[in-house]
Amino acid sequence: MILDVFASPAIRSYSAAAGIIAGGAAIGGILFFLLLPTLIVIPMSLSETNYIEFPPRGLTLKWYSAYLSDPDWMAATWFSLRIALATTATATITGTMAALAIVRGCLPFRTALQALALGPLIVPHIVLGVALYLTFSPLQLTGSFLGFLVAHTVLAIPYVIITVTASLQRFDPTLELAALNCGANRLQAFFLVVLPNIAPGVAAAAVFAFLASFDEATVAFFISDVGGKSIGRKMFEDIDFNLTPVIAAVSTVLVATSLLLMGSVHLVNARKPRP
Amino acid sequence: MTNFISRSRSHRLSFRRLSSYSARFYSLPTSIVLATPLIAALAIGFLYPVLKLFALSFSGGTLAYYRRIVAEPLHLAVLTGTVQVALVVTVASLLLGFPVAYLMARLSKGPATVVGACVFIPLWTSVLIRSYAWVTLLQRNGIINELLIDTGVTDGPLKLIYTQGAVILAMTHVLMPFMILPIYSALRALPADYVRAARNLGAGPLRAFVAVTLPLSLPGVFAGSVMCFVLALGFYITPALVGGPGSMLMATLIGQQTTVLLDWPFAAALSTVLLAVTLLFVLLFRRTLSLSKGLNSVY
Repeated sequence: MILDVFASPAIRSYSAAAGIIAGGAAIGGILFFLLLPTLIVIPMSLSETNYIEFPPRGLTLKWYSAYLSDPDWMAATWFSLRIALATTATATITGTMAALAIVRGCLPFRTALQALALGPLIVPHIVLGVALYLTFSPLQLTGSFLGFLVAHTVLAIPYVIITVTASLQRFDPTLELAALNCGANRLQAFFLVVLPNIAPGVAAAAVFAFLASFDEATVAFFISDVGGKSIGRKMFEDIDFNLTPVIAAVSTVLVATSLLLMGSVHLVNARKPRP
Repeated sequence: MTNFISRSRSHRLSFRRLSSYSARFYSLPTSIVLATPLIAALAIGFLYPVLKLFALSFSGGTLAYYRRIVAEPLHLAVLTGTVQVALVVTVASLLLGFPVAYLMARLSKGPATVVGACVFIPLWTSVLIRSYAWVTLLQRNGIINELLIDTGVTDGPLKLIYTQGAVILAMTHVLMPFMILPIYSALRALPADYVRAARNLGAGPLRAFVAVTLPLSLPGVFAGSVMCFVLALGFYITPALVGGPGSMLMATLIGQQTTVLLDWPFAAALSTVLLAVTLLFVLLFRRTLSLSKGLNSVY
Protein backbone atom coordinates (compact mmCIF):
# COMPACT_ATOMS: atom_id res chain seq x y z
CA MET A 1 0.00 0.00 0.00
CA ILE A 2 1.09 3.53 -0.66
CA LEU A 3 0.74 4.45 2.99
CA ASP A 4 3.17 1.71 3.96
CA VAL A 5 5.74 3.13 1.58
CA PHE A 6 5.42 6.53 3.23
CA ALA A 7 5.75 4.91 6.61
CA SER A 8 9.18 3.49 5.79
CA PRO A 9 11.88 5.40 7.67
CA ALA A 10 13.85 6.40 4.57
CA ILE A 11 10.87 7.98 2.83
CA ARG A 12 9.72 9.62 6.02
CA SER A 13 13.05 11.31 6.53
CA TYR A 14 13.00 12.41 2.86
CA SER A 15 9.58 13.95 3.26
CA ALA A 16 10.64 15.47 6.57
CA ALA A 17 13.64 17.02 4.81
CA ALA A 18 11.41 18.27 2.01
CA GLY A 19 9.08 19.72 4.64
CA ILE A 20 11.94 21.47 6.39
CA ILE A 21 13.23 22.89 3.10
CA ALA A 22 9.76 24.10 2.09
CA GLY A 23 9.17 25.60 5.54
CA GLY A 24 12.60 27.19 5.52
CA ALA A 25 11.97 28.70 2.10
CA ALA A 26 8.60 30.08 3.23
CA ILE A 27 10.10 31.67 6.35
CA GLY A 28 13.05 32.93 4.31
CA GLY A 29 10.51 34.58 2.01
CA ILE A 30 8.75 36.21 4.96
CA LEU A 31 12.04 37.51 6.38
CA PHE A 32 12.97 38.88 2.94
CA PHE A 33 9.57 40.61 2.82
CA LEU A 34 10.29 42.15 6.25
CA LEU A 35 13.75 43.44 5.33
CA LEU A 36 13.21 44.46 1.70
CA PRO A 37 11.65 47.93 2.21
CA THR A 38 14.37 49.03 4.65
CA LEU A 39 17.22 47.74 2.50
CA ILE A 40 15.86 48.94 -0.84
CA VAL A 41 16.40 52.62 0.00
CA ILE A 42 20.19 52.18 0.09
CA PRO A 43 20.72 51.15 -3.58
CA MET A 44 18.06 53.68 -4.58
CA SER A 45 20.00 56.49 -2.92
CA LEU A 46 23.19 55.50 -4.78
CA SER A 47 21.67 54.90 -8.21
CA GLU A 48 22.50 57.29 -11.09
CA THR A 49 19.04 57.06 -12.59
CA ASN A 50 15.91 58.76 -11.37
CA TYR A 51 14.18 55.46 -10.78
CA ILE A 52 15.62 52.22 -9.53
CA GLU A 53 16.89 49.60 -11.93
CA PHE A 54 18.33 46.14 -11.58
CA PRO A 55 21.23 45.90 -12.01
CA PRO A 56 21.70 49.54 -10.90
CA ARG A 57 23.35 51.66 -13.59
CA GLY A 58 26.28 53.51 -12.03
CA LEU A 59 26.90 54.57 -8.48
CA THR A 60 26.77 58.17 -7.36
CA LEU A 61 26.58 60.31 -4.24
CA LYS A 62 24.83 63.15 -6.06
CA TRP A 63 21.52 62.60 -4.24
CA TYR A 64 23.30 63.01 -0.91
CA SER A 65 24.93 66.25 -2.02
CA ALA A 66 21.56 67.37 -3.38
CA TYR A 67 20.10 66.72 0.08
CA LEU A 68 22.89 68.56 1.86
CA SER A 69 22.75 71.57 -0.46
CA ASP A 70 18.96 71.96 -0.52
CA PRO A 71 18.00 74.74 1.93
CA ASP A 72 14.47 73.34 2.40
CA TRP A 73 15.72 69.88 3.38
CA MET A 74 18.38 71.36 5.64
CA ALA A 75 15.91 73.69 7.35
CA ALA A 76 13.55 70.75 7.96
CA THR A 77 16.41 68.58 9.23
CA TRP A 78 17.69 71.15 11.73
CA PHE A 79 14.17 72.03 12.85
CA SER A 80 13.42 68.34 13.51
CA LEU A 81 16.76 67.77 15.21
CA ARG A 82 16.20 70.72 17.58
CA ILE A 83 12.68 69.51 18.37
CA ALA A 84 13.84 65.91 18.89
CA LEU A 85 16.66 66.92 21.26
CA ALA A 86 14.38 69.20 23.29
CA THR A 87 11.67 66.51 23.33
CA THR A 88 14.22 63.98 24.57
CA ALA A 89 15.00 66.23 27.53
CA THR A 90 11.42 67.14 28.46
CA ALA A 91 9.94 63.68 27.90
CA THR A 92 12.74 61.84 29.70
CA ILE A 93 12.61 64.11 32.76
CA THR A 94 8.80 64.26 32.91
CA GLY A 95 8.41 60.54 32.26
CA THR A 96 11.09 59.47 34.76
CA MET A 97 9.56 61.65 37.49
CA ALA A 98 6.13 60.22 36.71
CA ALA A 99 7.46 56.66 36.71
CA LEU A 100 8.90 57.27 40.21
CA ALA A 101 5.52 58.55 41.38
CA ILE A 102 3.74 55.59 39.78
CA VAL A 103 6.06 52.87 41.12
CA ARG A 104 7.11 54.30 44.47
CA GLY A 105 4.45 56.87 45.25
CA CYS A 106 1.02 56.58 46.78
CA LEU A 107 -1.03 58.66 44.36
CA PRO A 108 -4.78 58.23 44.69
CA PHE A 109 -5.55 57.75 40.95
CA ARG A 110 -2.36 55.95 40.08
CA THR A 111 -3.74 53.41 37.57
CA ALA A 112 -5.91 56.03 35.91
CA LEU A 113 -2.93 58.35 35.54
CA GLN A 114 -0.81 55.58 34.08
CA ALA A 115 -3.55 54.63 31.61
CA LEU A 116 -3.96 58.26 30.61
CA ALA A 117 -0.19 58.70 30.13
CA LEU A 118 -0.13 55.69 27.80
CA GLY A 119 -3.15 57.10 25.95
CA PRO A 120 -1.17 58.76 23.14
CA LEU A 121 -0.02 55.28 22.06
CA ILE A 122 -3.59 54.07 21.62
CA VAL A 123 -5.34 57.18 20.36
CA PRO A 124 -4.90 57.26 16.58
CA HIS A 125 -2.25 59.81 15.73
CA ILE A 126 -4.45 61.42 13.11
CA VAL A 127 -7.02 62.21 15.83
CA LEU A 128 -4.29 63.80 17.95
CA GLY A 129 -2.98 65.63 14.89
CA VAL A 130 -6.38 67.17 14.14
CA ALA A 131 -6.95 67.97 17.83
CA LEU A 132 -3.55 69.63 18.22
CA TYR A 133 -4.00 71.61 15.02
CA LEU A 134 -7.34 72.92 16.32
CA THR A 135 -5.64 73.92 19.58
CA PHE A 136 -2.48 75.44 18.12
CA SER A 137 -3.99 77.22 15.14
CA PRO A 138 -5.75 80.02 17.08
CA LEU A 139 -2.64 80.49 19.25
CA GLN A 140 -0.44 80.66 16.13
CA LEU A 141 1.63 77.78 17.43
CA THR A 142 1.46 75.73 14.22
CA GLY A 143 4.88 75.35 12.68
CA SER A 144 6.48 76.62 15.88
CA PHE A 145 9.18 75.01 17.99
CA LEU A 146 7.00 75.26 21.10
CA GLY A 147 4.00 73.63 19.43
CA PHE A 148 6.09 70.69 18.22
CA LEU A 149 7.76 70.38 21.62
CA VAL A 150 4.40 70.08 23.41
CA ALA A 151 3.01 67.61 20.86
CA HIS A 152 6.07 65.41 20.66
CA THR A 153 6.61 65.40 24.42
CA VAL A 154 3.11 63.96 24.88
CA LEU A 155 3.81 61.38 22.15
CA ALA A 156 7.19 60.39 23.63
CA ILE A 157 6.19 60.18 27.31
CA PRO A 158 4.54 56.71 27.05
CA TYR A 159 7.78 55.12 25.86
CA VAL A 160 9.70 56.74 28.74
CA ILE A 161 7.14 55.68 31.34
CA ILE A 162 7.05 52.08 30.10
CA THR A 163 10.84 51.75 29.99
CA VAL A 164 11.66 53.51 33.26
CA THR A 165 8.81 51.80 35.13
CA ALA A 166 10.24 48.44 34.07
CA SER A 167 13.74 49.41 35.30
CA LEU A 168 12.38 50.70 38.60
CA GLN A 169 10.49 47.47 39.18
CA ARG A 170 13.71 45.52 38.76
CA PHE A 171 15.57 47.78 41.21
CA ASP A 172 15.47 46.75 44.89
CA PRO A 173 13.65 49.53 46.78
CA THR A 174 15.38 48.67 50.06
CA LEU A 175 18.62 50.15 48.66
CA GLU A 176 16.94 53.53 48.45
CA LEU A 177 15.53 53.11 51.96
CA ALA A 178 19.01 52.21 53.16
CA ALA A 179 20.39 55.43 51.65
CA LEU A 180 17.63 57.42 53.35
CA ASN A 181 18.37 55.68 56.64
CA CYS A 182 22.04 56.51 56.33
CA GLY A 183 21.15 60.17 56.24
CA ALA A 184 20.82 60.95 52.55
CA ASN A 185 18.05 63.33 51.62
CA ARG A 186 15.57 62.44 48.87
CA LEU A 187 17.56 64.10 46.10
CA GLN A 188 20.86 62.53 47.22
CA ALA A 189 19.22 59.13 47.46
CA PHE A 190 17.84 59.55 43.94
CA PHE A 191 20.99 60.84 42.25
CA LEU A 192 23.50 58.66 44.13
CA VAL A 193 21.58 55.41 44.48
CA VAL A 194 18.47 55.16 42.31
CA LEU A 195 19.60 56.90 39.12
CA PRO A 196 22.90 54.99 38.67
CA ASN A 197 20.94 51.76 38.99
CA ILE A 198 18.20 52.64 36.52
CA ALA A 199 20.54 54.56 34.18
CA PRO A 200 20.44 51.99 31.33
CA GLY A 201 16.63 52.17 31.35
CA VAL A 202 16.65 55.97 31.40
CA ALA A 203 19.18 56.05 28.54
CA ALA A 204 17.03 53.65 26.51
CA ALA A 205 14.00 55.83 27.30
CA ALA A 206 15.87 58.90 26.03
CA VAL A 207 16.66 57.10 22.74
CA PHE A 208 13.01 56.07 22.33
CA ALA A 209 11.90 59.63 23.04
CA PHE A 210 14.35 61.03 20.48
CA LEU A 211 13.19 58.65 17.76
CA ALA A 212 9.51 59.03 18.70
CA SER A 213 9.93 62.71 17.87
CA PHE A 214 12.42 62.50 14.98
CA ASP A 215 10.55 59.75 13.08
CA GLU A 216 7.07 61.11 13.82
CA ALA A 217 5.10 62.13 10.75
CA THR A 218 1.32 62.05 11.31
CA VAL A 219 0.98 64.72 13.99
CA ALA A 220 3.81 66.66 12.33
CA PHE A 221 1.78 66.60 9.12
CA PHE A 222 -0.98 68.60 10.83
CA ILE A 223 0.97 70.99 13.04
CA SER A 224 3.57 71.97 10.42
CA ASP A 225 3.11 75.04 8.28
CA VAL A 226 5.05 76.96 5.65
CA GLY A 227 7.23 78.59 8.27
CA GLY A 228 8.10 75.46 10.25
CA LYS A 229 8.23 72.05 8.69
CA SER A 230 9.58 68.88 10.28
CA ILE A 231 11.60 66.44 8.20
CA GLY A 232 8.69 63.99 8.35
CA ARG A 233 6.28 66.51 6.84
CA LYS A 234 8.82 67.48 4.17
CA MET A 235 9.32 63.82 3.25
CA PHE A 236 5.59 63.17 3.14
CA GLU A 237 5.08 66.10 0.74
CA ASP A 238 7.95 65.03 -1.51
CA ILE A 239 6.80 61.40 -1.67
CA ASP A 240 3.38 62.64 -2.73
CA PHE A 241 4.42 65.30 -5.25
CA ASN A 242 8.15 65.16 -6.00
CA LEU A 243 9.38 61.59 -5.93
CA THR A 244 13.17 61.83 -6.45
CA PRO A 245 16.07 59.72 -5.15
CA VAL A 246 16.87 62.58 -2.74
CA ILE A 247 14.17 61.03 -0.54
CA ALA A 248 16.08 57.74 -0.68
CA ALA A 249 19.26 59.54 0.43
CA VAL A 250 17.42 61.20 3.34
CA SER A 251 15.82 57.84 4.21
CA THR A 252 19.20 56.12 4.25
CA VAL A 253 20.55 58.74 6.65
CA LEU A 254 17.50 58.38 8.91
CA VAL A 255 17.57 54.58 8.83
CA ALA A 256 21.27 54.59 9.71
CA THR A 257 20.57 56.95 12.64
CA SER A 258 17.70 54.81 13.97
CA LEU A 259 19.56 51.53 13.60
CA LEU A 260 22.67 52.90 15.28
CA LEU A 261 20.71 54.32 18.24
CA MET A 262 18.35 51.38 18.70
CA GLY A 263 21.09 48.83 18.06
CA SER A 264 23.24 50.31 20.81
CA VAL A 265 20.32 50.30 23.24
CA HIS A 266 19.68 46.68 22.36
CA LEU A 267 23.31 45.73 22.92
CA VAL A 268 23.43 47.52 26.30
CA ASN A 269 20.23 45.81 27.42
CA ALA A 270 21.23 42.41 26.07
CA ARG A 271 24.44 42.41 28.06
CA LYS A 272 22.81 42.36 31.45
CA PRO A 273 20.56 39.38 32.14
CA ARG A 274 16.90 40.18 32.58
CA PRO A 275 15.07 38.47 35.42
CA MET B 1 -1.42 56.65 55.28
CA THR B 2 -0.08 53.19 55.98
CA ASN B 3 2.60 53.18 53.35
CA PHE B 4 4.22 56.41 54.36
CA ILE B 5 7.67 56.26 55.85
CA SER B 6 9.29 59.33 57.24
CA ARG B 7 13.02 59.39 57.59
CA SER B 8 12.85 59.69 61.36
CA ARG B 9 10.62 56.67 61.64
CA SER B 10 12.19 54.35 59.16
CA HIS B 11 15.22 53.44 61.27
CA ARG B 12 12.92 52.07 63.95
CA LEU B 13 11.50 49.46 61.61
CA SER B 14 12.84 46.03 62.23
CA PHE B 15 14.44 44.28 59.28
CA ARG B 16 11.56 41.86 59.05
CA ARG B 17 9.00 44.58 58.80
CA LEU B 18 11.09 46.45 56.30
CA SER B 19 11.49 43.53 53.94
CA SER B 20 7.77 42.84 53.93
CA TYR B 21 7.09 46.53 53.62
CA SER B 22 5.41 47.94 50.54
CA ALA B 23 7.80 49.37 47.96
CA ARG B 24 5.59 52.47 47.84
CA PHE B 25 7.31 54.66 50.38
CA TYR B 26 7.17 58.08 48.69
CA SER B 27 4.88 60.39 50.60
CA LEU B 28 1.79 61.88 48.98
CA PRO B 29 3.28 65.39 48.55
CA THR B 30 6.45 63.93 46.97
CA SER B 31 4.35 61.80 44.63
CA ILE B 32 2.24 64.77 43.61
CA VAL B 33 5.31 66.90 42.91
CA LEU B 34 6.78 64.09 40.80
CA ALA B 35 3.58 63.61 38.82
CA THR B 36 2.85 67.31 38.26
CA PRO B 37 4.90 67.79 35.05
CA LEU B 38 3.23 64.73 33.53
CA ILE B 39 -0.24 65.94 34.46
CA ALA B 40 0.54 69.39 33.05
CA ALA B 41 1.91 67.96 29.78
CA LEU B 42 -1.09 65.65 29.37
CA ALA B 43 -3.55 68.44 30.18
CA ILE B 44 -2.02 70.85 27.65
CA GLY B 45 -0.98 68.48 24.89
CA PHE B 46 -3.56 65.70 25.12
CA LEU B 47 -6.72 66.26 27.17
CA TYR B 48 -7.47 69.86 26.24
CA PRO B 49 -6.93 69.31 22.48
CA VAL B 50 -9.11 66.18 22.48
CA LEU B 51 -11.86 68.03 24.39
CA LYS B 52 -11.58 70.88 21.90
CA LEU B 53 -12.03 68.32 19.12
CA PHE B 54 -15.20 66.99 20.80
CA ALA B 55 -16.51 70.51 21.26
CA LEU B 56 -15.97 71.36 17.59
CA SER B 57 -17.69 68.17 16.44
CA PHE B 58 -20.81 69.22 18.37
CA SER B 59 -20.52 72.87 17.30
CA GLY B 60 -23.79 74.70 17.07
CA GLY B 61 -25.05 72.45 19.83
CA THR B 62 -26.33 69.96 17.30
CA LEU B 63 -25.55 66.49 16.11
CA ALA B 64 -25.61 67.72 12.51
CA TYR B 65 -22.09 66.52 11.71
CA TYR B 66 -22.77 63.08 13.13
CA ARG B 67 -26.02 62.90 11.19
CA ARG B 68 -24.00 63.57 8.05
CA ILE B 69 -21.78 60.57 8.77
CA VAL B 70 -24.80 58.30 9.17
CA ALA B 71 -26.78 59.80 6.28
CA GLU B 72 -24.06 59.33 3.67
CA PRO B 73 -23.64 55.63 2.75
CA LEU B 74 -20.07 56.36 1.60
CA HIS B 75 -19.01 57.36 5.10
CA LEU B 76 -20.49 54.26 6.68
CA ALA B 77 -18.83 52.16 3.97
CA VAL B 78 -15.49 53.74 4.88
CA LEU B 79 -16.06 52.93 8.55
CA THR B 80 -16.91 49.27 7.92
CA GLY B 81 -14.16 49.09 5.29
CA THR B 82 -11.64 50.32 7.87
CA VAL B 83 -12.65 47.61 10.33
CA GLN B 84 -12.42 45.04 7.51
CA VAL B 85 -8.96 46.16 6.40
CA ALA B 86 -7.77 46.14 10.01
CA LEU B 87 -9.08 42.58 10.39
CA VAL B 88 -7.45 41.38 7.17
CA VAL B 89 -4.15 43.01 8.14
CA THR B 90 -4.32 41.39 11.59
CA VAL B 91 -5.02 37.92 10.17
CA ALA B 92 -2.28 38.31 7.53
CA SER B 93 0.21 39.46 10.19
CA LEU B 94 -0.72 36.47 12.33
CA LEU B 95 -0.35 33.93 9.50
CA LEU B 96 2.98 35.37 8.34
CA GLY B 97 4.24 36.31 11.80
CA PHE B 98 3.57 33.14 13.76
CA PRO B 99 6.11 30.97 11.88
CA VAL B 100 8.76 33.68 12.31
CA ALA B 101 8.07 33.95 16.06
CA TYR B 102 8.11 30.16 16.38
CA LEU B 103 11.42 29.88 14.54
CA MET B 104 12.95 32.68 16.64
CA ALA B 105 11.92 30.93 19.85
CA ARG B 106 13.21 27.53 18.75
CA LEU B 107 16.56 28.49 17.22
CA SER B 108 19.77 28.65 19.24
CA LYS B 109 21.06 32.08 20.24
CA GLY B 110 23.15 32.94 17.17
CA PRO B 111 20.63 32.17 14.41
CA ALA B 112 17.80 33.57 16.57
CA THR B 113 19.67 36.89 16.66
CA VAL B 114 19.76 36.92 12.85
CA VAL B 115 16.00 36.28 12.64
CA GLY B 116 15.49 38.86 15.40
CA ALA B 117 17.42 41.43 13.36
CA CYS B 118 15.05 40.80 10.43
CA VAL B 119 12.17 41.68 12.77
CA PHE B 120 13.76 44.62 14.59
CA ILE B 121 15.31 46.39 11.59
CA PRO B 122 11.94 47.12 9.94
CA LEU B 123 10.46 48.01 13.35
CA TRP B 124 13.16 50.62 13.88
CA THR B 125 12.73 52.06 10.38
CA SER B 126 10.28 54.94 10.43
CA VAL B 127 6.82 54.17 9.05
CA LEU B 128 7.24 56.98 6.56
CA ILE B 129 10.38 55.44 5.06
CA ARG B 130 8.80 51.99 4.84
CA SER B 131 5.72 53.45 3.12
CA TYR B 132 8.02 55.32 0.72
CA ALA B 133 9.83 52.07 -0.06
CA TRP B 134 6.51 50.41 -0.88
CA VAL B 135 5.59 53.32 -3.16
CA THR B 136 8.80 52.85 -5.16
CA LEU B 137 8.46 49.06 -5.19
CA LEU B 138 4.85 49.06 -6.36
CA GLN B 139 4.76 52.05 -8.71
CA ARG B 140 4.18 51.75 -12.48
CA ASN B 141 7.85 51.56 -13.39
CA GLY B 142 8.81 50.06 -10.03
CA ILE B 143 10.88 46.97 -9.37
CA ILE B 144 7.97 44.57 -8.99
CA ASN B 145 6.41 45.59 -12.30
CA GLU B 146 9.81 45.40 -14.00
CA LEU B 147 10.34 41.90 -12.64
CA LEU B 148 6.89 40.81 -13.78
CA ILE B 149 7.48 42.14 -17.29
CA ASP B 150 11.03 40.74 -17.55
CA THR B 151 9.90 37.29 -16.52
CA GLY B 152 7.02 37.45 -18.94
CA VAL B 153 4.25 37.21 -16.37
CA THR B 154 2.57 40.27 -17.86
CA ASP B 155 3.06 42.31 -21.02
CA GLY B 156 2.47 45.77 -19.61
CA PRO B 157 2.84 47.21 -16.10
CA LEU B 158 0.10 46.22 -13.66
CA LYS B 159 -1.67 48.76 -11.50
CA LEU B 160 -0.28 47.75 -8.13
CA ILE B 161 -0.08 51.00 -6.22
CA TYR B 162 -3.06 53.10 -5.05
CA THR B 163 -5.11 49.92 -4.57
CA GLN B 164 -6.68 48.23 -1.57
CA GLY B 165 -4.20 45.35 -1.99
CA ALA B 166 -1.24 47.71 -1.78
CA VAL B 167 -2.64 49.22 1.43
CA ILE B 168 -3.10 45.78 3.00
CA LEU B 169 0.37 44.64 1.89
CA ALA B 170 2.18 47.71 3.23
CA MET B 171 0.17 47.85 6.47
CA THR B 172 0.83 44.16 7.10
CA HIS B 173 4.52 44.83 6.64
CA VAL B 174 4.48 47.77 9.05
CA LEU B 175 2.46 45.99 11.76
CA MET B 176 3.97 42.49 11.60
CA PRO B 177 6.67 43.11 14.23
CA PHE B 178 3.90 44.06 16.70
CA MET B 179 2.47 40.58 16.12
CA ILE B 180 5.73 38.64 16.08
CA LEU B 181 7.26 39.96 19.30
CA PRO B 182 4.42 39.21 21.76
CA ILE B 183 4.07 35.69 20.27
CA TYR B 184 7.82 35.25 20.56
CA SER B 185 7.76 36.21 24.27
CA ALA B 186 4.92 33.75 24.90
CA LEU B 187 6.73 30.93 23.08
CA ARG B 188 10.00 31.83 24.74
CA ALA B 189 8.43 31.48 28.19
CA LEU B 190 7.19 27.99 27.28
CA PRO B 191 9.51 25.35 28.82
CA ALA B 192 10.93 22.97 26.19
CA ASP B 193 10.12 20.09 28.59
CA TYR B 194 6.40 20.38 27.83
CA VAL B 195 6.82 19.52 24.17
CA ARG B 196 9.36 16.84 25.05
CA ALA B 197 6.90 15.32 27.53
CA ALA B 198 4.17 15.28 24.88
CA ARG B 199 6.53 13.58 22.42
CA ASN B 200 7.54 11.01 25.05
CA LEU B 201 3.89 10.21 25.64
CA GLY B 202 3.57 9.31 21.99
CA ALA B 203 2.40 12.51 20.30
CA GLY B 204 3.79 13.23 16.85
CA PRO B 205 5.37 16.63 16.18
CA LEU B 206 2.10 17.99 14.76
CA ARG B 207 0.01 16.72 17.66
CA ALA B 208 2.51 18.10 20.19
CA PHE B 209 2.31 21.46 18.44
CA VAL B 210 -1.49 21.57 18.30
CA ALA B 211 -2.03 20.20 21.82
CA VAL B 212 0.78 21.97 23.69
CA THR B 213 2.63 24.75 21.89
CA LEU B 214 -0.32 26.41 20.15
CA PRO B 215 -2.65 26.73 23.18
CA LEU B 216 0.15 28.00 25.38
CA SER B 217 1.13 30.63 22.80
CA LEU B 218 -2.42 32.03 22.68
CA PRO B 219 -1.84 34.89 25.18
CA GLY B 220 0.88 36.19 22.85
CA VAL B 221 -1.34 35.67 19.82
CA PHE B 222 -4.18 37.65 21.43
CA ALA B 223 -1.90 40.45 22.63
CA GLY B 224 -0.31 40.76 19.19
CA SER B 225 -3.64 40.59 17.36
CA VAL B 226 -5.30 43.26 19.48
CA MET B 227 -2.25 45.50 19.14
CA CYS B 228 -2.18 45.09 15.34
CA PHE B 229 -5.92 45.61 15.01
CA VAL B 230 -6.04 48.74 17.15
CA LEU B 231 -3.02 50.30 15.44
CA ALA B 232 -4.42 49.40 12.00
CA LEU B 233 -7.73 51.18 12.74
CA GLY B 234 -6.08 54.59 13.00
CA PHE B 235 -3.28 54.24 10.47
CA TYR B 236 -2.71 57.34 8.36
CA ILE B 237 0.72 57.61 6.73
CA THR B 238 0.77 54.25 4.93
CA PRO B 239 -2.75 54.31 3.42
CA ALA B 240 -2.33 58.00 2.55
CA LEU B 241 0.80 57.30 0.49
CA VAL B 242 0.13 53.81 -0.86
CA GLY B 243 -3.67 53.86 -1.13
CA GLY B 244 -5.91 55.62 -3.61
CA PRO B 245 -9.43 57.02 -3.72
CA GLY B 246 -10.83 53.50 -3.95
CA SER B 247 -9.16 52.39 -0.74
CA MET B 248 -10.27 55.14 1.64
CA LEU B 249 -9.92 54.40 5.35
CA MET B 250 -11.22 56.44 8.31
CA ALA B 251 -7.86 58.14 8.77
CA THR B 252 -7.45 59.03 5.10
CA LEU B 253 -11.05 60.28 4.99
CA ILE B 254 -10.24 62.58 7.93
CA GLY B 255 -7.07 63.66 6.13
CA GLN B 256 -9.08 64.48 3.00
CA GLN B 257 -11.64 66.52 4.97
CA THR B 258 -8.90 68.62 6.56
CA THR B 259 -6.41 69.07 3.72
CA VAL B 260 -8.66 69.17 0.65
CA LEU B 261 -12.13 70.16 1.80
CA LEU B 262 -11.07 72.16 4.89
CA ASP B 263 -14.21 70.97 6.67
CA TRP B 264 -12.78 70.94 10.20
CA PRO B 265 -16.01 70.37 12.18
CA PHE B 266 -16.85 67.34 10.05
CA ALA B 267 -13.26 66.08 10.39
CA ALA B 268 -13.64 66.53 14.15
CA ALA B 269 -16.82 64.44 14.13
CA LEU B 270 -15.12 61.71 12.08
CA SER B 271 -12.12 61.82 14.44
CA THR B 272 -14.43 61.45 17.44
CA VAL B 273 -16.04 58.40 15.84
CA LEU B 274 -12.63 56.86 15.03
CA LEU B 275 -11.48 57.53 18.60
CA ALA B 276 -14.67 56.02 20.03
CA VAL B 277 -14.34 52.88 17.88
CA THR B 278 -10.67 52.50 18.87
CA LEU B 279 -11.39 52.97 22.58
CA LEU B 280 -14.29 50.54 22.35
CA PHE B 281 -11.98 47.80 21.06
CA VAL B 282 -9.28 48.69 23.60
CA LEU B 283 -11.79 48.42 26.44
CA LEU B 284 -13.25 45.18 25.07
CA PHE B 285 -9.84 43.58 24.87
CA ARG B 286 -8.00 45.40 27.64
CA ARG B 287 -7.31 42.15 29.50
CA THR B 288 -5.40 40.67 26.58
CA LEU B 289 -3.78 43.92 25.51
CA SER B 290 -1.62 44.62 28.58
CA LEU B 291 -0.12 47.58 26.82
CA SER B 292 3.04 47.98 28.84
CA LYS B 293 3.85 44.27 28.75
CA GLY B 294 3.24 44.09 25.02
CA LEU B 295 5.36 47.12 24.36
CA ASN B 296 8.13 45.91 26.58
CA SER B 297 8.54 42.95 24.28
CA VAL B 298 8.51 45.23 21.25
CA TYR B 299 11.00 47.85 22.44
